[in-house]
Order: sequence, then C-alpha cells, then structure tokens
Amino acid sequence: MNTTDLIALSPLLIVGLSAVAILLLISLRRNHRAVATLALGGLALAMASIPQAAAVAPHHIAPLMMADGYALFYSALLLAASFVVGLLSFDYLEQRGEQREEYYVLLLLATLGGLVLVGANHFVSLFLGLEILSVAIYVMVAYARSSPLAAETGIKYLILAGTSSAFMVFGMALVYAQTGTLEFGPMAAQLMQMEDFGLALPGMAMMLVGVGFKLAVVPFHMWTPEVYQGAPVPVTAFVATVSKGAMFALLLRFFAAFEADEAQPIMNILGLLAIASMLAGNLLALLEDNVKRLLAYSSIAHLGYVLVAFLAESSFGDEAVTFYLVAYFISTLAAFGVISVLSDGKSEADRMEDFRGLYWRRPMLATLMTAALLSLAGIPLTTGFVAKFAVVAAGVKAALWVPVFALALGSAIGLYYYLRLVVVMLSPVNPTDDSNSEATATDDAMSTRAPNPAILRPKKVPIGPAFALSILAIFLLGLGVLPTPLMDFIKSSVSELR
Amino acid sequence: MTLLLLIAIPLCGGFLAWLLGRFHADAPRWISLAALGVGFILALDLGLEHWGAAGLANDNLWLLEYSHAWIPRFGISFHLALDGLNLLMVVLTFLIGILAVGCSWKEISTRVGFFHFNLMWVLAGVVGVFLAIDLFLFYFFWELMLVPMYFLIGIWGHEKRIRAALKFFIFTQASGLLLLLAIVALAFSHQSTSGVLSYNYMELLGTPLSEAAGMWMMLGFFIAFAVKLPVVPLHTWLPDAHTEAPTAGSVILAALMLKTGAYGLIRFVVPLFPDAAMAFAPIAMTLGVIGILYGAILAFAQTDLKRLVAYTSVSHLGFVLLGVFAWNELALQGVVMQMICHSFSTGALFVLVGALYERTHTRDLSRLSGLWAVAPKMGAMAMFFAMASLGLPGLGNFLAEILVLAGAYPVSIPLTALATVGLIFATIYSVRLVSRAFHGVNEGSWEFSDLSLREAAVLGVMVVGLIWLGLYPQPVLDAAAPTLSHLLSVMQR
Repeated sequence: MNTTDLIALSPLLIVGLSAVAILLLISLRRNHRAVATLALGGLALAMASIPQAAAVAPHHIAPLMMADGYALFYSALLLAASFVVGLLSFDYLEQRGEQREEYYVLLLLATLGGLVLVGANHFVSLFLGLEILSVAIYVMVAYARSSPLAAETGIKYLILAGTSSAFMVFGMALVYAQTGTLEFGPMAAQLMQMEDFGLALPGMAMMLVGVGFKLAVVPFHMWTPEVYQGAPVPVTAFVATVSKGAMFALLLRFFAAFEADEAQPIMNILGLLAIASMLAGNLLALLEDNVKRLLAYSSIAHLGYVLVAFLAESSFGDEAVTFYLVAYFISTLAAFGVISVLSDGKSEADRMEDFRGLYWRRPMLATLMTAALLSLAGIPLTTGFVAKFAVVAAGVKAALWVPVFALALGSAIGLYYYLRLVVVMLSPVNPTDDSNSEATATDDAMSTRAPNPAILRPKKVPIGPAFALSILAIFLLGLGVLPTPLMDFIKSSVSELR
Repeated sequence: MTLLLLIAIPLCGGFLAWLLGRFHADAPRWISLAALGVGFILALDLGLEHWGAAGLANDNLWLLEYSHAWIPRFGISFHLALDGLNLLMVVLTFLIGILAVGCSWKEISTRVGFFHFNLMWVLAGVVGVFLAIDLFLFYFFWELMLVPMYFLIGIWGHEKRIRAALKFFIFTQASGLLLLLAIVALAFSHQSTSGVLSYNYMELLGTPLSEAAGMWMMLGFFIAFAVKLPVVPLHTWLPDAHTEAPTAGSVILAALMLKTGAYGLIRFVVPLFPDAAMAFAPIAMTLGVIGILYGAILAFAQTDLKRLVAYTSVSHLGFVLLGVFAWNELALQGVVMQMICHSFSTGALFVLVGALYERTHTRDLSRLSGLWAVAPKMGAMAMFFAMASLGLPGLGNFLAEILVLAGAYPVSIPLTALATVGLIFATIYSVRLVSRAFHGVNEGSWEFSDLSLREAAVLGVMVVGLIWLGLYPQPVLDAAAPTLSHLLSVMQR
C-alpha cells in the first residue's frame, strides 16, 4: 500500500473509520444527535475526498479494486443517497424511543459495502462488498424491533439473501474452475479465447441469481414487497437505491469487460429477466393499496427498464444506465422521503388512505410526491423523462425491439398506479364528501373519519428532511430541464469502462 | 426570441396566477387574461409584420427561428420556428385561451389559482407543440400538456371525472410512447445514413427509409396523432373526457388539443414518411369517412348534451383525416380551415352547454325543452352554432368541408360520396339539438337568466370569427399557402 492507494481509497477509508468512531462514541455516551452528526459528517467528508481520489484515477489497487472515474461517480452517487437516507433517518428515529445510535453504524457499513462493490474488479472484492452490504441490511430491515413485521421481514431477507449469496459463490467457483482467475479483465480475456464458456456458463448463470436477487428482478423479486413494507421507511429507501445501484454498477463493469456478442447467452437471459420485470412489476403494482409495496413493484419494473439500456452493450447504453440510475435514485428517494416525513412515531404513512387529500393539507409535500411519481412515470420536466428517453434511445439504437416495446407497454400500465396515487392526493380530505366545495379542504382537516388523525395534523417538516427534500426537488426538476451537464459528466466518467 | 416569449408568457402567467390566487380569487383570472392577451397580440403582430401583398412573404420557409443547443449528447436542440401554418394555430390558441378564461369566470370557484395555472400550462404546451421543430422538443411539449389537462379534468370535472381523466391520460400517454419510439428510430436511421444524430425536422425530412421501417415509424406517429384527433377505433377516451371536463377544459380539448393531432399529421406524418403515408392513405381515408359517419350517428343517439357535442367532434375531425391523406392543395386548405372553424363552432357549443349546465344543473336533453322562451339569446346562439356545425353556406365550416370534399374527390370518388352523407347526418343531429332543447313547450318549467354580457361576448367573438371565415377566408388561406406548398413539394420530391 502506498499513498496513492490510500488517496484512491480515501472515500472507503473515511466511511469505514466513521463507523468505528461511532462505535467508540456509543460506548462512551449515547447521544443520538452527536452520532447522527458524526455519521453525516463522515459521509460528507467521504464525498469531499472524491475529487482527491479522482486526481489519481484511474488507479488500480492491485488486484482487488479499481478506482476509476466510473467507480468514483457511483461512489459519489451512493454517498449522496446515503446522506439523504441519513437525514431522513434522524427524524424518523427521533420519533421512536428505541436504541437509535447503532443504526448509523449499520448505515455506514452498508454504504461501505456499496462502495466496495462499485470499485470491485475481482471476485473476492465483489463478494466482500456484497456481504458487507447484505449483513448490514439484514439488521437494518429489522431495526424497528417493536414493529410486529420487523422480525418476519428480517428473517425473510436473511434467508433469501443468504441463499442467493450461496448461489453466487458457487457460480464464482465454477467460473474460477474454468478460467483459473478471479480478476474480471483476465477472466473475460480467457473466456473470449475459448470455443465455448464450458463450466463458466452455468457459473455465470448462477451468479445471475445472486445479482438478480439484489436487483429484485423477476423471478427473484419475491422478497421486495414484504421487505419494502416491513422495513423502516429510510431503510426501504436505502434498499431501493444504494443496494440496487451498487449491484447494477458492478454488473455493468463485469459485462463491460466482454465483447458484445461473446456474452450473448447471458444477455439473452438478462433480456428475458428485463421483459418479465417490466411487465410483472407494473402489473402487480396495479392492485396494491400499500404505497411502499406499490413502490416496491414499481422498482422491479424500473430495474427492468435499466436492464434494457444495459442490454445495448455500448458506451451509449452505459451512459443511459447511469443516467437512469441517477434519476431513479432521485425520484425514489424523494418519494420515500415524503412517506418518511408523513410518518409519525406510531405508524408509517404507507397506505393509500394516508395520502387522501394531501394536496389540500400539505401542498408542498404533495407537489413533491407528485413530481417524484411523474418522474418515475417519465413525464416531461422531470429527470425521469430524460432518463427514460436515454434508455429508449439506447434500446432503439441497439435494435432491441422486443424489450423496447415491453418498456413502452410497461410504462403505459405503470401510469395507472402512479396516477391513482396522484388522484388520491387530489381527492377531498373526507372520503364521503366528493363535492368540489372549498370547505372540504379546510374544515375536514380535523375530521375523525379520515384514516390517520396524526397524519392530518399538519406539523412542520423538520430541518433535516426539509433540506434533503429541497435538494431532491431541485435535482428532480433541474435535471429534467437541463440534463446536459450531468450527461457530459457521466459520459466522461463511464468512458473508461469499455 | 419572440417565439420563446410566446411559450414563456403562459408559463409565467400560470405561475403568477397560482401564487396570487392565494390572495384574491379574481387575481388569477385577470392575470391569465392579461398574459393571454399579450400573447395574442404578440402572435398577431408577428403575422402582420411579415404580411406582404400576397400573404405571408418570406424568402425561406420560416418567418422566424429560435435555436439553442439543449442536449447535444443526443443531437437535441431547443428549436422553435414559425411559419404561416403554425402562426395561425398559435393565434388561435391564444384566442381560444382568452375565451376559455372568459367562460370559466363564474364556473370555477374553488382553487382558482391552481385552475388557471393548469389552464395556462396546457396552453403553453399547445403553443410549444405547434412551434417545436425539433422532434424531441415536440415530444416534450406533447407530453407536457397532458399533465395539467389531467388535473383540469380530474379536479374540476363532473361526476365521473377521475375515470375520464385516467382514460384520457393513459390513451394519450401510451400512444405517445409509440411516438417516442418512432422519433428515436427515425433519428437513428437518419444517423446511420448521414452520420449526424439530429432531431431537427428539417434535417430528418427526406431520410431514406426501407419500406418496412418507414411503415412502422409512420404508424408510430400516426397512432399518436390518431388518438388525439381522434380516429375512430381510438376515440373512446374523447366522449368521456369532454363530458366530464369543466367547460374550459372541454373547450381547450376540442378547440386546441385535437388540433395538435391534426397538425402533427400535416406537419410530420406525411412529409417525413411520404411513401409509407401514401401506401397507407386508402386505409386512413376510409378511417376518416368511418369517423365522419360513426361520429354523426352516435351524436344523434346521445341524450347528454356534452356527449352529443363530443361526438360531433369525432365526425368533424374525420374530414381532417380525409383531407390530410388526400394530400392536395384544395384538401389541405380545407383541413386548415376545418381546424380553425371547428375550434370556434364546437368550442362555442361547449360554452353554451356549460352555460346551460350552470343554470339548470343538467345536460340531459330529455329534460330540457322549450328553452327559447326562457333564454332567447341563448337559443339564438345555439341555433347559430348548430347551423355552423351542420355546414351552412356563408359560415366557415361549410367552406372547410367543401374544400376537403373537393380535394378528396379526385383521389377517391366513393369515399367522398360517403363523406358527403355525413353532412346530412350533421343536419339531423344539429336540428335535433336545437329543436329538442329550445323549441316546443317548456315542460320542465325552467326559469333562469339569459346569457350574461360576459358569456355573450365570448360567444360573440366566435360568431364573428365564423362569419368572417365563411365570407372572407382568403387571409387564412394566404397565411397557410407558403407552408402548404412547401409541404406539397416535399411530397413530390
């Protein structure tokens, strides 16, 4: 290890050290605010160290990690997402009287796992990152111990994630048996010289089980609605963004090492997964009355959309994948952010009914939620629109007609449930009163008929989430109108990939 | 720059209306009116500025152009351009916008600020659709106008508004995605032959395409515009959306939004895919005739006044489809005239039905009768617009439909003959509308006030417009002529 290695790894080191520092702090004194500040400070510092790391990029930290523009871009994305989750978590946990401090250790560790994954260039670092991420998430999803769903959710995630990890390791072993190397680049070079993949083909297929599970694409999606619903909202936001984004970054790097037509059998499988995810995700969401579950199914569909751009196997496609993931991060975090702010100490605002008449009670939050949903639906002026366009463009350019049509069909179906939620927010507060009179907006705010009285009581949005949500809102709309700076940045970041 | 202003004015006006709506309910109304008035004058002034001895005189195709790089990675620019055709549509948009604000002055009493915000943003989207000459930008505005329209129907509509709004949104959005696919495919085909990725309409014109690819892309465009127009098998969202929307929403839907579909057909479908469009023309013209007859027959069968008027739209816009795919000068002139005249006649009928509903709280034709005695002014207006709708000589619609028929005749005599039958059906439903509602005995003992000055002014503008278009349509034809001859020349190449 030399200094350059340390500089290149500084984001990871800072996040790791922050986790240790928090553990020490907790052992001295429990103070939620101090711990949260330390965690957020650590994330911010890690982010601030990225330009330093970029100065030495691309740097190979032999043989495990790669600190190139691509890894650093995704690191920044993951850190920013974790930062937002941290801001949301503070007020969420503040309302709940449980032990709160350890949560931040887990958050930082999970982020660390994500950072390892996006830089991984080797099966060992891949597995290491994956397990750091997963083990931290096992605990995070079950963190609200008093909730009856928590234990069930935790066990469910633990068993399924464990199984998928086992598949992954076995797949890696098979690939290793065939190629004799664990490093991505040499492995791809080896495989491309061979007549056929031999053992590596079943090996890679088994690895796809592990990848598919983390990305929650059909048919490995079963855990998603339950875990989304059972986990605390900020954790759900984390699972939906950081965990999936890190895995996708890894997938992209792994397959970028292959020539386009070499990995065709695997690509065919991924194409099927993408189509199944887009259709099944959107169809299953139609019937959902729970907003967290609805977003779970919608995220299944969204990962299907990203896979379409991934299947293009071009640097054009890589850019589309990255831009789409950024848009998906922003929209998803905004949506879960609103749910988190609306939740109170006793229950989470995750039922459709909790959103009834939100426009007339909390206009700002309702507007942001609408913008997030429209962004997920790909409507203009939001970043989701540009992202969807980029994905469609990548798919059409690669002549992936079937996946692209599935994307169009899926988006059309998807509109129905996004708009259903928008309609609920627009409805009068009191469900029985369906007239258009102004009275419904104000008088019924105190109505006891409405589902969750605590949610009806307008409270001020605390400063942390308010800050996070404002930033998200700015990016949500800003990138929809002026996507060029980010696009150029992504282009220069992912250009080293192929 | 002025072109940018034409879009920015309603956008900013809408924002301002929303903000100030908190303080006073009348503020959004006046702000919207002022903003739209400024836009109207600005657009009209642009036209007059370029008006020469023989209509719109200009050396090149565009009177004005504004271009700014937007997403260079995809070859997308913020590119607006003005010619005679879209100038007419933009002037029309602002005029109808003013009338829409006027007719909802009393009707909308809740969330006035947000209402006008949505109204203005729909209008901005429509202006953008007319002016955009970059296909991505076109698609951007095409989608942009949906959301505020969805809110207009979903919040201020009648009983079954949610269902109608959803249906409207999903139909248009799903077909819009096909449009997006076709646009992207066209841009990449262009790139593969020319090496430049561009969404610029002028560059994409004349892109060589294989027969199959051209047909698929043409269908992508066609279906999106056919849903908006609407063309018969894809029209089912329209009666619901029109019926459930508030008056201003119905007026904008009928008078402007449907015209974006017609505009798209003229501007994009045929010029970009001449071969495919010509191969498809017999089918499209048949669909147009089916629309004319089917819409008229269904209009006759309706008892809900708004639904009745909605189905007349289906019928009248069948002429547009027939004319576009006949693709000769006469027919296209007729299409342009029909686009404008239909806006006035149908828009006015929606205003009247809205005024009637405000007073009687019913749109049921079986409950309304003998209203002439109660509201003679309203009756006279209804009579006038019903006559316009059935194509009375001397009013604009007559001219429009005759021009379309004259243009379609050399292309297909049987289809033209069948389309002519539509005029007879139009007479039947129009006469039925007036005689049922306004003649006979006032069995419901209705009593209400006649048209107010405001309503009379709104309708008066449309009366003047229709008479002017019927007696002296030359300025409109002159304005559109350079564009039409350019479009026709694209076809001959």
